[in-house]
Amino acid sequence: MITFMNNSDSEEEPCNERTSLMSAESPPVPSYQDGLQASEAGEAQAHRKRRTGGSRSPNNTADGDMSDSGVPVRESALENEEEELTLKYGAKHVIMLFVPVTLCMIVVVATIKSVRFYTEKNGQLIYTPFSEDTPSVGQRLLNSVLNTIIMISVIIVMTVFLVLLYKYRCYKFIHGWLILSSLMLLFLFTYIYLGEVLKTYNVAMDYPTLFLIIWNFGAVGMICIHWKGPLQLQQAYLIMISALMALVFIKYLPEWSAWVILGAISIYDLMAVLCPKGPLRMLVETAQERNEPIFPALIYSSAMMWTVGMAKPDTAARRASQQTWDAAEDGRENHSSPSHANSQMSERRSPVPTRPINSFEELEEEERGVKLGLGDFIFYSVLVGKAAATASGDWNTTLACFVAILIGLCLTLLLLAVFKKALPALPISITFGLIFYFSTDNLVRPFMDTLASHQLYI
Amino acid sequence: MGAAVFFGCAGIAFGPALALVLLTVAAEPLRVIVLVAGAFFWLVSLLLASLIWFISVHLSNREDAKLQYSLLIFGAAVSVLLQEAFRFAYFKLLKKADEGLAMISEDGRSPISLRQMAYVSGLSFGIISGVFSVINILADSIGPGIVGIHGDSPYYFITSAFLTMALVLLHTFWGVIFFDACEKHRHWCLGLVVASHLLTSGLTFLNPWYEASLVPIFIITLCTGLWAFFTAGGSFRNVLKCLSCKQEDDSRVMMYSALQVPFED
Repeated sequence: MITFMNNSDSEEEPCNERTSLMSAESPPVPSYQDGLQASEAGEAQAHRKRRTGGSRSPNNTADGDMSDSGVPVRESALENEEEELTLKYGAKHVIMLFVPVTLCMIVVVATIKSVRFYTEKNGQLIYTPFSEDTPSVGQRLLNSVLNTIIMISVIIVMTVFLVLLYKYRCYKFIHGWLILSSLMLLFLFTYIYLGEVLKTYNVAMDYPTLFLIIWNFGAVGMICIHWKGPLQLQQAYLIMISALMALVFIKYLPEWSAWVILGAISIYDLMAVLCPKGPLRMLVETAQERNEPIFPALIYSSAMMWTVGMAKPDTAARRASQQTWDAAEDGRENHSSPSHANSQMSERRSPVPTRPINSFEELEEEERGVKLGLGDFIFYSVLVGKAAATASGDWNTTLACFVAILIGLCLTLLLLAVFKKALPALPISITFGLIFYFSTDNLVRPFMDTLASHQLYI
Repeated sequence: MGAAVFFGCAGIAFGPALALVLLTVAAEPLRVIVLVAGAFFWLVSLLLASLIWFISVHLSNREDAKLQYSLLIFGAAVSVLLQEAFRFAYFKLLKKADEGLAMISEDGRSPISLRQMAYVSGLSFGIISGVFSVINILADSIGPGIVGIHGDSPYYFITSAFLTMALVLLHTFWGVIFFDACEKHRHWCLGLVVASHLLTSGLTFLNPWYEASLVPIFIITLCTGLWAFFTAGGSFRNVLKCLSCKQEDDSRVMMYSALQVPFED
């Protein structure tokens, strides 16, 4: 899912120029100052009802100083202002997501094209038990559909389990689960990846150096992701673990199953986020009711907020609607272990729109941002990576899928700006990606190859 | 062969495009979006053209080489026409987006002008068209091999790179001219753009007779470039002004009184 976020820095202490560390958690909405509380509350109510995703400019605090009689007028004026701000920043948000998605895909495609390990068939996951080595096409199709059914059921079961855990407040269990899975991703999968890359380029490395590198990489990663760290480092780590997870999927999912799973998971994403009884939507709503602080987020967040001398936000203000999806997002924490990967993937894909922040005078510069679940990164990269791995060495297919996914993301963000609520990020992109993959591989490739063999240009 | 050819040909083919993107497009988010959406439109047009070609090939006799070659010519012509049709469709979409952006902006003006969008859309068509034409060739140039061992031209890579560069620039110029012609309803300009695209594509059928194909294509590129320059409002005087780096006189006069602290009564 995709959400807007208005402030991404949530810490017990304010983040200012002196402390350049950004907490991994999303920040709570800054509190109203006591004097403004009454007038602001009215606006906040209106905003909460509208569930907008825009953020208010610092002018609002000035508005808040005016008398309460101006509330309805102010609300409509603010609404227009918010619309403008939303759309004005809309293009920036799109680019803020284009860049990490592109980077993740570049890492995956570069690895697929150079490291042979990830394109070799070495067994399958236990979630896709049916083999595709059958002689007949019908049997192969049936096996891939069965694999998909099993995989999606596992994802649904895991998601429901997570929702139940969250509903019954088993936070320690969820925390432990998340930490375990990121440990596995950051240490084990990185070790395997580094080993394969070194093998490909025939570089010798001794164990002490390897241990030092992996230990540093993993430890800093754990700190950045689960606690505090510079925003860009955190983003880089999230991109890297998404790429690693995508590579695992590309390696272990058999071909036809991978495509059917991609299609099925975008349908599942659509239903889970938009249907009233969908698990992801229930997760979001439960989190909204509780207004709880966030788990270590394994959602990619693109913006940060700097505040100078921010007034200490009182706990009442923390009850801003924001918290809801933060918790929701946390629900979808990332797991590296294949056993948990599925549910986590699905959960990770559910960012939620951020509530407008009520800024006060001390708020210096604030950048609105968007959040995208890591599951979305993973499945985008799986699609492009599979295209790179299986499309007969053709780069055109990979590029076509890449453009298709970016356009899907752009359209989804446009819808987000229009509807201002949590939206699934997979369906449009994956649909375009699949259409472009199959059509480019089967129609465009022969055409372009024939043209190139005669050195013809169109 | 190897890395030298790869980097050289990639530089020739995409150097201007990369410079243009880095200097003019990369900094503005809206232009980047127009770039990616333009690439998408071009891809859809290519998809349709490939579909038509594919169907025609499957309905025909595969053994007949002459027929296949003429079907290829037919496919190329259809592809050119579809590209221009989708350029027109993109123009319509951008025009609507421009109006929308102007409506919601604070001062009633859209943050990006239609001319800028024309330029970026032309560049996007050029880049994606060039990439699709040459990327597999570049990928093959890294590996071992001998060019033209079966009697084909040994200059395949470098001529492909130059043709791609010409094509990228041509698409950029065509974009500018096309959008301007659509805005001002000059249909003869539109026809001329389509005709020059068909001509360029037709000239590549003369490969490997490179004197007859490369030289005219570059002449066409130069002429189209000048035409686009004058369409976009350029003139000899502008060039001189730009080259002389003269600072414009500031016509605003500072009101020093405005800087004074108001007197307290």
